[in-house]
Amino acid sequence: MSGTLTLNKITAQRGIPVAEAAKRIADLGWNPSYVQEAMTFPTDYKITKAPKDPMKQVLRSYFPMQEEKDNRVYGALDAALRGDMFRNVEPRWVEWMKLFLAIIPFPEISAARSMAMVGRLAPGEDLRTGFTMQMVDEFRHSTIQMNLKKWYMENYIDPAGFDITEEAFGKCYATTIGRQFGEGFITGDAITSANIYLTVVAETAFTNTLFVAMPSEAARNGDYALPTVFLSVQSDESRHIGNGHSMLMSMLKEPENHLLIERDLRYAFWQNHAIVDAAIGTFIEYGTTNRDKNKESYAEMWHRWIFEDYYRTYMLPLEKYGIKIHHDDVQTAWKRLTEKHYVHRVAQFFAVGWSANFWRIEAQTDKDFEWFEHKYPGWYAQFGEFWKWYEKLSHRGQTNILFNSDVGYVYPHRCWSCLVPCLIREDMVTDEIDGKLYTFAHELDRWTAVEAFAGEYQGRPTPAMGRFSGRREWESCYHNWDLADAIKDLGFVRTDGKTLVAQPHLRFDQKEMWTLDDVRGHVLKSPLITLREMTPDQREAHLADYRKGFTINRCN
Amino acid sequence: MNAVQRPAVRSGAAGAAVFPDSDSRRYRYFEPRGKRATHYEDVTVDVQPDPERYLLQDWIISFPNGKGAYTKDNTAALSSNWHAFRAPDQEWERTHYQRQSKIEAMVQSVIANGRKSGATQLFDKAWIKILQNHLGAWKHAEFGLATSLMQAQRYGYTQMINNATLTNSSYKHRLAQDITLYLAEIGMDIPGFDDAAGKRAWLEDRTWQGTREAVESIMGATDYLEQYFAINLVFEPLVGELFRSGFLMQVASSNGDFMTPSVISAAEANYERNLANAIDLFHLLVTDNQHAQHNKGLFQSWLGKHVALARKAAAGLQPIWSQPHSKPVQYADARDQSIERLKKILVELGLAAPKE
Repeated sequence: MSGTLTLNKITAQRGIPVAEAAKRIADLGWNPSYVQEAMTFPTDYKITKAPKDPMKQVLRSYFPMQEEKDNRVYGALDAALRGDMFRNVEPRWVEWMKLFLAIIPFPEISAARSMAMVGRLAPGEDLRTGFTMQMVDEFRHSTIQMNLKKWYMENYIDPAGFDITEEAFGKCYATTIGRQFGEGFITGDAITSANIYLTVVAETAFTNTLFVAMPSEAARNGDYALPTVFLSVQSDESRHIGNGHSMLMSMLKEPENHLLIERDLRYAFWQNHAIVDAAIGTFIEYGTTNRDKNKESYAEMWHRWIFEDYYRTYMLPLEKYGIKIHHDDVQTAWKRLTEKHYVHRVAQFFAVGWSANFWRIEAQTDKDFEWFEHKYPGWYAQFGEFWKWYEKLSHRGQTNILFNSDVGYVYPHRCWSCLVPCLIREDMVTDEIDGKLYTFAHELDRWTAVEAFAGEYQGRPTPAMGRFSGRREWESCYHNWDLADAIKDLGFVRTDGKTLVAQPHLRFDQKEMWTLDDVRGHVLKSPLITLREMTPDQREAHLADYRKGFTINRCN
Repeated sequence: MNAVQRPAVRSGAAGAAVFPDSDSRRYRYFEPRGKRATHYEDVTVDVQPDPERYLLQDWIISFPNGKGAYTKDNTAALSSNWHAFRAPDQEWERTHYQRQSKIEAMVQSVIANGRKSGATQLFDKAWIKILQNHLGAWKHAEFGLATSLMQAQRYGYTQMINNATLTNSSYKHRLAQDITLYLAEIGMDIPGFDDAAGKRAWLEDRTWQGTREAVESIMGATDYLEQYFAINLVFEPLVGELFRSGFLMQVASSNGDFMTPSVISAAEANYERNLANAIDLFHLLVTDNQHAQHNKGLFQSWLGKHVALARKAAAGLQPIWSQPHSKPVQYADARDQSIERLKKILVELGLAAPKE
């Protein structure tokens, strides 16, 4: 008998090659002649060259592939329960998942919606299948993440916070930055949002820290569910990156697009850095209990994923097409993460505001201090005393850290652009839009809000560009409110009507849990409203003082 | 340096300690449709926020005209509670992939086994031309509806509406691709099979121009609910089912073709689910305690426009029924069935079919 004879060879029949299948499917489209499709998604870009589909996958192979991936995910979740995962999971980690998983399903489903926008704008039909698959992928991501959150809620020791998740997402002062991220995918110029901001920058660069780096940290904290779900999610991203790059290449063909591409790459890179690094950096560095000095810090991972992989191999080559790349922005972001302790200031801000959150934040310990100092030299001098205060004030009966003048923390102004506060105090700038004063975390945030999100850019009309709107400064929603009333209004109270959802510790004991009465009597103020109410001299003095920063008092 | 007080509880598992809300294990920010929230509701409701529910700061980025990400005026229909809709098919990602994957496995199995057994050699010659020209043209109609739904899923006011529209689009895209690849594959076994003939027929053959006009009118609509309405309540019963069930499914076998009905059959099951979703949504709107009359008037106007286009499309297809050698079903019978189907749908909604 021939040794090479296999069942496959006996039963194989001539099939249609993948490239040919993709070509025929791309031919499903046509140019309508009876009724034209309405251009309901505005853009200032000109797109004439049909983008190519680099993946050439068709739905016939896509659906079985995704079902198989799902089977692995749900099988792993079942196995995690059988293996009693939650017995050994680190609550410090799972608590931060209340914030992360409140945010992420909305950006995901927004990405699904945005596929309608690029699908309509891209000429030709080559990429239509790619956009279709991405649309269904994002539907997958959104509902698989909601399922994971439900799973945590059903099996983790403290379900409070998970149980109000989508309500909390709409209200919390921390999730506001996630809303800026998600709305950025679907609002304003369709190419700016759905192509450059979403695909070319968020998915190509920052999903590596979101969906690869973070799952690693989850596993170190006994959480095998998050890696299972999110690495499966990440496996879809390579197709999305292909869609984005192909669309970008077709836009590059039009020289008049170059100014807009430069603008949008700049805005998208800076805002992804400001938002994603704030959130994911905090989860990874402050949500972990693992202090192995051999593992990479968030900054080190950022250097690998964003600086080396994305900046050097994706952004830099765009220069040969005539796109101006702002190298200094990448360097500035890197310096913010390392020298200026951006992530640590964000974690500090979240901790100061713990009572108006919907998850627990535990104090950092001696072991944490040592690791931080090792990875971020100078950390202890700036943040050590703060975390000692945080631990001391985590007990009921103490004055809430947000209002405790012994600590020395100065509540920050909110950045009108990225919505993360102006935490690197010396970088804070102000400007006016339509005669109104606003605060910004950095000059690039000011540029984004004032120059990029406008009806004209460098003399060129940009009528499709979006605008920043709404009650963007969260604090102004509760200006002059008592903190307890604000928390009640937010719905961040447990069903007994008095115990706070958030707690500044991981002590699962009713006696230790803060209630509305423990935080009553402190009045919230909007830094922006307060600033606007000052006289020009007062304002100048206040801003100069703000930029000098603050010193945390010694905690004895 | 300090040392944090170690927690007394050493397990992170549910039930390891009792404290306020340690047993709060259901999402408590929405009203389930039934007694308990379904899995579909848990993973769907309120993921798309609403300034009238929990979006404290309103939409924080707007279009240049001042509108936020999602506004109610993306449709002319009105609702006193857009959040009431729950898709009867309860589709979320896992059920969607399971269903689509099963369909793909079934379709590929039918095609592979059919080809292996030389099934196409038994196809009647006239029938082969019908598959080449008319099923070949039909795939473009399905694709046009798929892209319309893809567009529409951007605009709905709630996650429930948009996800039902998205899965509807996904089913249509799959069918358009299934037909494309089916024809390409049997075409390899049939000498002289012209794979480009279907698109030519779609663009040029008089038979198909009414259908193309109806599909392009749906593609060109700017009201997302009009698109969803026109597809599921009008085009599908009057044209889609007419051609798929009333012709292909019934005529194929007597012309030696057992494969095509299997490839097409999944679409009929998909439509039943999408029809159930659509009827539920539009039923809510025609029984709305504030806007029922407005909505009925609006839907009646949509019926006027799209039923006329669908009737013209159906009439254009009539010659196809005369083309097979074996004619087990007459156009008039199939047409009567589709008219009956439309009537039943409209009765559910208290609407009337426009007079011919």
